[in-house]
Amino acid sequence: MTQINVRVDGASYTDDVEPRTLLVHYLREQLGKVGTVVGCDTSNCGACTVHLDGQAVKSCTVFAVQADGCQVTTIEGVATGEGDSATLHPVQRAFHEMHGLQCGFCTPGMIMASIDLLKENPDPSDEEVREGIEGNLCRCTGYQNIVRAVRQAAAEMSGKAADDPQAEPAAVDTAAAEHVAVQA
Amino acid sequence: MTAVEDPTSSVDLPPAKEVGQARRRKEDARLITGKTTWTDNMVLPGMLHLAVLRSPVAHGRITHLDVSAAKERPNVVAVYTGADLAEEQGSLPCAWPVTPDMVNPGHPSIAVEQVNHVGEAVAVVVARSRTAAADALEAIDVDYEPLPVVLDMEQAVQEGSPLVHDHTTSNTSYHFVFDAGEAGTGSDTEQAFADAQVVVSRRFVQQRLIPAFMEPRSVVVQPSGDNYTMWSATQIPHILRVMAAMVTGIPEHKLRVIAPDVGGGFGGKLQVNPEEILCLLIARRLGKPVKWTETRGESLMTAHHGRDQVQFIDVAADRDGTVKGLRVRLLADMGAYLRLITPGVPALGAFMFPGIYKFPAYRFECDGVFTNKVPTDAYRGAGRPEATFAIERIMDELAVELGMDPLEVRRKNWINAEEFPFTTVAGLEYDSGDYHQATEQALELLGYDELRAEQKRRRESGDPVQLGIGFSTFTEMCGLAPSRVLGSLAFGAGGWEQASIRMLPTGKVEVVTGSTPHGQGHETAWSQIVADQLGVPFEDVEVLHGDTAISSRGLDTYGSRSLVVGGTAVVKAAEKVVEKARVIAAHLLEANADDLEFTGGKFTVRGTPGAGVGIQEVALAIFAAHDYPEGVEPTIDAEATFDPENFSFPHGTHICAMEIDTETGFAKIRKYACVDDVGTIVNPLIVEGQVHGGLAQGIAQAMYEEAIYDAEGNLTTGSFVDYLVPAASDLPHFDTGNTVHAATSNPLGAKGVGEAGCIASTPAVVNAALDAVRHLGVTDIRMPLTPERVWRAIHQGGDGGDRAAAGSNAQGATAGETAAASTDPSSSGGHL
Repeated sequence: MTQINVRVDGASYTDDVEPRTLLVHYLREQLGKVGTVVGCDTSNCGACTVHLDGQAVKSCTVFAVQADGCQVTTIEGVATGEGDSATLHPVQRAFHEMHGLQCGFCTPGMIMASIDLLKENPDPSDEEVREGIEGNLCRCTGYQNIVRAVRQAAAEMSGKAADDPQAEPAAVDTAAAEHVAVQA
Repeated sequence: MTAVEDPTSSVDLPPAKEVGQARRRKEDARLITGKTTWTDNMVLPGMLHLAVLRSPVAHGRITHLDVSAAKERPNVVAVYTGADLAEEQGSLPCAWPVTPDMVNPGHPSIAVEQVNHVGEAVAVVVARSRTAAADALEAIDVDYEPLPVVLDMEQAVQEGSPLVHDHTTSNTSYHFVFDAGEAGTGSDTEQAFADAQVVVSRRFVQQRLIPAFMEPRSVVVQPSGDNYTMWSATQIPHILRVMAAMVTGIPEHKLRVIAPDVGGGFGGKLQVNPEEILCLLIARRLGKPVKWTETRGESLMTAHHGRDQVQFIDVAADRDGTVKGLRVRLLADMGAYLRLITPGVPALGAFMFPGIYKFPAYRFECDGVFTNKVPTDAYRGAGRPEATFAIERIMDELAVELGMDPLEVRRKNWINAEEFPFTTVAGLEYDSGDYHQATEQALELLGYDELRAEQKRRRESGDPVQLGIGFSTFTEMCGLAPSRVLGSLAFGAGGWEQASIRMLPTGKVEVVTGSTPHGQGHETAWSQIVADQLGVPFEDVEVLHGDTAISSRGLDTYGSRSLVVGGTAVVKAAEKVVEKARVIAAHLLEANADDLEFTGGKFTVRGTPGAGVGIQEVALAIFAAHDYPEGVEPTIDAEATFDPENFSFPHGTHICAMEIDTETGFAKIRKYACVDDVGTIVNPLIVEGQVHGGLAQGIAQAMYEEAIYDAEGNLTTGSFVDYLVPAASDLPHFDTGNTVHAATSNPLGAKGVGEAGCIASTPAVVNAALDAVRHLGVTDIRMPLTPERVWRAIHQGGDGGDRAAAGSNAQGATAGETAAASTDPSSSGGHL
C-alpha cells in the first residue's frame, strides 16, 4: 500500500492504495465518485475521462499513485454551486440542449474530453470536434448531436451565438402534433 | 401554436400541445452531472464480488478441474464449479421454439462436463473485493480434452460434420419454412420462377456483429430472508424476473428485479444471462449480497452476438423489371446454445424479405445451425436488417442485370400510396406510407442530380477516387407485438404493454410504465403524452419504470415497441383517469357528467361559463374523499393494458453517396441523406437522435464491424482495439428528414423509430460502394468494407474475401474458399 494525497472536485483526500490501483478504480471504489465510469479495459472508449491538473486523461491509463499531489476534476465537479442552485458548465448545458446524449454512459467522459478540447481550440469546426473527441466512443447518438453540443458550448463560452445553421436543435414537426389533435 | 400569441387572452386557453415539441430530456439532469445509478455503482454492506473463469477452448471436455488453491487465496470466500451448481442451475431459457421439432440442447449457466464456446463459464470465485476475485482465477487448474471445433455453418450442416452437441443428431437446430403459396398469401413460387424471364441469384454474408452497448453488464443480488432483489443492467427486468424464477425455482413473488440506469442495450441486454443466474444461485447459497460486473473483454467474448447469416436469395422478374417471385434460403448461426430468442431472430426476418415490393410469390427457408461460438440473439433490428439488406441489395443486382436505374426498378414494384393498407405476400398488412414522397424528399436532401453529374465526370476522367450512390427504400415491422400473432409464431409470451397513472393529492402525476428504457427518453416522451392527455404541466409528471415492485406488469423495451405499445397503454390509462375524474367533477359541479367538457386539464359545464374544476383539483378532492358520489371508488387512478391488433410499419428512403479511392481501397461516405416515416412524432429531438444512432450502427456494419473467430474458435476481436466501434471521426454528417403517415394500429399514430436507421442504412452504403466501382468489374464486396477488401475486390476480383491476418473468415472458411463460394450461384435450385 502506498499513501497518496489528492484533491478531487475541491476536497482533499489522503488514502492508502495498492500500487496497481488505477485512478478510475480509486475514484469509484475508494472515494465513491461513481459519476466516472469504466467502459472498457483497453483505454479505447474514454468513458472514464477526468481532468488531472486541468488536462483530460483517461483515468484507466493513470495509476492512482501517479495522481499523488494532483488536482482531479470529475464530471461531479464541473458545475459550480450545490444542489438545485448549481450552475451547470456550458458544455453540460449544451449536451442537454442539443440532445448530445441518450443512455448517458459515455457522457461524463465525453463532456470532460469536450471541455479540454475547447480549452485547446475555443472555436472548433465540425471536423475539428470529430477529431478532437475521437478517443471517446458513444454507441447511441451517432455523434452528430455531440458535435452540435460542443459547438454550441464553444459559441456560448466565447460569448457569441452559434451562427452555424447546423448548430441548431432538430426542427419541430408540428404536422405530427396536428395529427394527434385530429385523432384525440 | 397560435393559442399563446396574445398573452392577455391565453389565460383560459389550454396549454400548448406537448406532443410534437422538441422537449429537452428530463433524464439528462442526472446523466450530465454524474448522479447516476448504474448497477456497478451499487455498494451494499458485506457485498461479495464474483469473477468468472472462462474457457479458453471452443470445444472440449473438462477432464480436470481443481479449485482448491483458489479457495486458499486471501479474501476468497468461496469458489464454485459447474459440478457444484449442476443440480440447481437448470437451463437458461429459450422463449421461441420456432418449430415444433426445434432441437434445444439446453444451456447451462456454467459448464459442467463440456465447454462449447470460448468464454463459457467454468468456475466462479467469490471474494471480498473485485481484485481479490480476479486474482484468484489464476490459481484454478483446468484441463480440457479438445473436441473438433465447428465454426463454418455451410460445413456444419453437411452430413458427417463433427457435432457441437454430441447428444444431438445434427448441427441443425431447426428448419423453418414460410411458403406464401401454402399460406395462401401468394402464388406458387416454383411456378413463378419457372415462368420468369429473368432470375438473379446471390449469396450474401451477414457478418457476425457485437451489440457493444457502452455500459458493461453488471448484476447485484441481495438476499433478504427468502426474498431476493436483483439489480441488473438489463433491458428486460420483467421478463428476467419470470424467467429467473422459473430457472432457479425461487418463487416469482419472492424475486424483485430492478433495472436502474442502464447504459444502452441495442438488443444485447435483451437476455437472461448466465451471470444473472449465477449471482442468484450464489447469493442464495451464501446469504450475502453479490456483485458481478464484466470487463469489456468479457462482454465482447461472452455477451450474445448478432446477425451471422449466409443468405441465398433469388429474385424472378420480367424483362421490364416487374418482379414475379422471391426465394430466400438462410443459414443462421445460433452459436453454441439457444438463448432467449436466438432461433426467433431469423424467423422474425422471414416476413420482411419482400420489403416494400409487390411480389406475387415468396418462399422462405431457414436452418438454424449450431457452431462453437457464443450464441447469437437480438441486435438492433433483429432479423429485419438482414432481410432489408438482402432485398435492397438484390434489387440493385436486378437493376444491373436489366440495365435499369435502381430507383426505376424499385418504383416499378413498390406499393403505391393509394394501395394502403396493403397485405403483402408474407401476409402482413402494411398500415400506411408513401414511398414516392419519401424518396423524392430524400433525393432533394442529398442533392442527387449534382452528385450523379459528379459521378459521371469522375468516371469519364478516370479519377482514382470514384463516386457511387446507393439506395435503400426500406420498411420494417415494429410495435412488437399483437399477442395472438406471437402465439401463432410459438413465441413464449405476449406483446401487450401496461401503464398506470397515479394522481397524487397535490395534483402531481406518477406514470408507471412497463416499458423499460435504457437511453430512449421514455421519461420525457411519456410526460409529453400525459401532459396532453390530462392537461397538466409537463413538469408535473414523473415517469416510473424498471422495478418490478413499482411497475408490476410489463414486457419491457425492444423491437421499437415502447412508444407504439407502451405509449398507447399510457394514453389508455389517461383516458380512464379522465373518465373517472369526470364523474367526481360532475358531482362537485352539481352537473350531469354528460354535460362536462374536458379541455386543457379542466372540466367545464357546457353552456355554463365560469363553472369548472381542474383535474388536479379533483385529485385533491378525491384524496380527501369528503364529498364524492355514492357507489364510486374514491380514486381517479387508473391502469390499462394495451395489446395491439397489428404491427406498425415505418418506412423510408436512405441514400448514401460514397467515395472509393481505387488506389487504396479507402471508402468514405461523402453524403448521407434519409427521410423516414415513423408515423406521429412525439418528440422530434428524440426521433432524430434515434435515427442518428441507428445510422451509426447500420453504417458500422457496412464499413467497420465484424466479430472474427480464428480457426480454433478464438474471438480475435475481443477488445475495442480490434472490434471497430466507430468514433466521431469515422462517421459523416447525416441529413435527415421525415414524412408523417400515422400508424393505424394505435391512437398515437406512432410507428416506432428505434431500429429504422440501423435497418435501412447498411444496404444503402454497400450499394453505394458497388455503384462506385461496378464499372471496374466489381459485383460484390463483403462487409465490412475495409480498405483491404475494397482494394482486393477492385484489383483481384471476387468479393474482397477476408482479412488476410485472420486466416479465416467469420464462418471459418479460408480466404480462397470464400472467394470461390461467392461466385457460385444461389443454391436454392431450379434456376434458369
